[in-house]
Amino acid sequence: MSDRDSILQRVNQATQALPARTALPDYDPARAVKRTGNGADSIEAQFAAELTAVNGKFLDGWKGIASLLKQEGCTFGYCDAELHQDFIEQVPGVEVETVFERGSVDRYQFAITRAAGGIAETGTIILNDACSPYRLAALAPWVHIAVIDPAVLWQSTVEALAAIGNDTNVVWVTGPSKTADVEGIMIEGVHGPGIQACCLMAEGQA
Amino acid sequence: MIKVDKYPTVQAVDEFARELPEEVRQSVYSASKIKTEKRVDALWRDFPDPDANRRLAGEIKQHTLEHLGDYLVAAEARLKANGAEVHWATDGDACNRIIGEILRANQCSRVVKSKSMATEEIELVPFLEKQGIEAIETDLGEYIVQIDGDHPSHIVTPIIHKNRRDIARSFEREGLGEYNDDPAVITMRARKFLRGKYLQADAGITGANFISAESGRIVLVTNEGNSRFCLAAPKIHIAVVGIEKLVPRDKDLSLFLSLLARSATGQCLSVYTEFINGPRMAEQQHGPEQMHVVFLDNRRSEVLASNCREILRCIRCGACLNVCPVYRQASGHGYREVYSGPVGAVLSPLLHGKKFPQLADLPKASSLCGACNDVCPVNIPIPTLLLRLRDKAKTEGSPAAAAGTPPMGAWSILASSPGTWKVALQAGKVMNLIPHSFLKINPAARAWTGSRDLPAFRGGAFRKWLKDRNKTANNPPQAQQ
Repeated sequence: MSDRDSILQRVNQATQALPARTALPDYDPARAVKRTGNGADSIEAQFAAELTAVNGKFLDGWKGIASLLKQEGCTFGYCDAELHQDFIEQVPGVEVETVFERGSVDRYQFAITRAAGGIAETGTIILNDACSPYRLAALAPWVHIAVIDPAVLWQSTVEALAAIGNDTNVVWVTGPSKTADVEGIMIEGVHGPGIQACCLMAEGQA
Repeated sequence: MIKVDKYPTVQAVDEFARELPEEVRQSVYSASKIKTEKRVDALWRDFPDPDANRRLAGEIKQHTLEHLGDYLVAAEARLKANGAEVHWATDGDACNRIIGEILRANQCSRVVKSKSMATEEIELVPFLEKQGIEAIETDLGEYIVQIDGDHPSHIVTPIIHKNRRDIARSFEREGLGEYNDDPAVITMRARKFLRGKYLQADAGITGANFISAESGRIVLVTNEGNSRFCLAAPKIHIAVVGIEKLVPRDKDLSLFLSLLARSATGQCLSVYTEFINGPRMAEQQHGPEQMHVVFLDNRRSEVLASNCREILRCIRCGACLNVCPVYRQASGHGYREVYSGPVGAVLSPLLHGKKFPQLADLPKASSLCGACNDVCPVNIPIPTLLLRLRDKAKTEGSPAAAAGTPPMGAWSILASSPGTWKVALQAGKVMNLIPHSFLKINPAARAWTGSRDLPAFRGGAFRKWLKDRNKTANNPPQAQQ
């Protein structure tokens, strides 16, 4: 008997011997959504407030992106191909590539990617392979800036999950990469970005 | 791991706690306490009735376990449709062998790994190292555990028992820079070193927090982003998944994620929550070209058949460890196995199979205060399960479980007959005339009285009080006119 059949046989013997089995509860998934409490009057404002609460940076369009890059002393990075033309026009003096070379990840001081969405409830950036073909771009540089179309800003994790689609890899990013393994002291940027930033720009206006 | 004597007179966990350096105890205590407080703040701030959500999540997991065969078959079909290869391992050896074969077939010599309790359980890393494969733990805490040849002492924070000076010395020894115990410097050194390992690795090995049987979607949760790195740079992804990790539907993931992060660290969501639906598509630039999922039994089906099957609901948040007064005093290593704290006191002996007697003392490492049940995000009745395992240990006559417990045979005879009991209550007053030092001749009594005061014997006082009370109740004094 294969390992598969042997495991399934044991599992089935264990469960079929039960006198009664628990039914699958049905419920309103909205009960997993947290109460809003940050006083925001719009989904964009709520997203900005929650992003800031998890130590992310909410940026005001290209002006905000340029200002952050200047503040962090960034002169070279990666920019998503669809955002490239706008970047050149809006952020002069900073060099970018539209291909993220795996062999030299540490050359990139920052990356600007297109996010697949955002979640206002938790200040989460949603990335997927369809929007961001280079997984390392959103991960390896110290500064990651995600550009989100407000049309795909979801109110809650429940809404975002319902709209997750069939992409092979979807990741929800909620703040900078962090660890508290050393004496419980929070340090950001342990593997991924130490600065996780985001701005909302409607597609076509980016 | 500490050893247990064949006929011990003290519980092993007590012995370990007694020897624990005060500095370690303080660090475990304060870290656990902070996490417990954050959990309460997050859940009650965000939900009107978080206990109802815990109960619901427990019901969903219980349902899944009681229909596990059907859900496993459904998940297997979805995983295959998503492009993953599915493997099945009855035990740890089989699982290690399967992973070794996948790596060999693809000429992989370097592996990066994210934190996974299942791979700790089957000792995957030592196995791979013996095969000549470089296997690097990438969670910062797990990496430090690996270079120190140590074991994790907490499910979520594996080096809760270490301080910055210990870690700085380890980094210096490993050539990661001169001694520097600044946590920021330690973390940045790890970032630099591990980055190289991710990029050189041929394969990334992860666990799984959940798998949806409906879509075959695997969910991985980390704060550090190390599992994301393991799935960004290497060409092969292997996920080792305990068969109990299933949830029925995608919609259940919102509920479980809302409970997991809050219960573990007080966050609404962990930083990286990854949903994996197969290997990368051909047009993608980064990500694994192959995805393998190994379903691991390793006695979980035996646990499912036992009267403690509820423990398989566990989603490894660590909340029961953080709140447990015994864990806070003993730390994780006192439990001698990968799983520590209240969940470990139930799960570890069960996963030991026929070697259950070796860990039969663990269910006694509890005051049965019930706090573990109160904080559990899937509402596992841990105190009830501990009692069932105590019964099993007693029935099987395990010496480890009886350690430090005075013989109760005489008490059992007296308590079986009301008449004898009544006489014993009167005769027991003789105990007050015997010097307590005399009791210490018996080793078990010595262990019991070594850290406890024996109060004066007052047998019969309660019976007399109850008798008088009943008499008064039946013949109330006449009300004054």
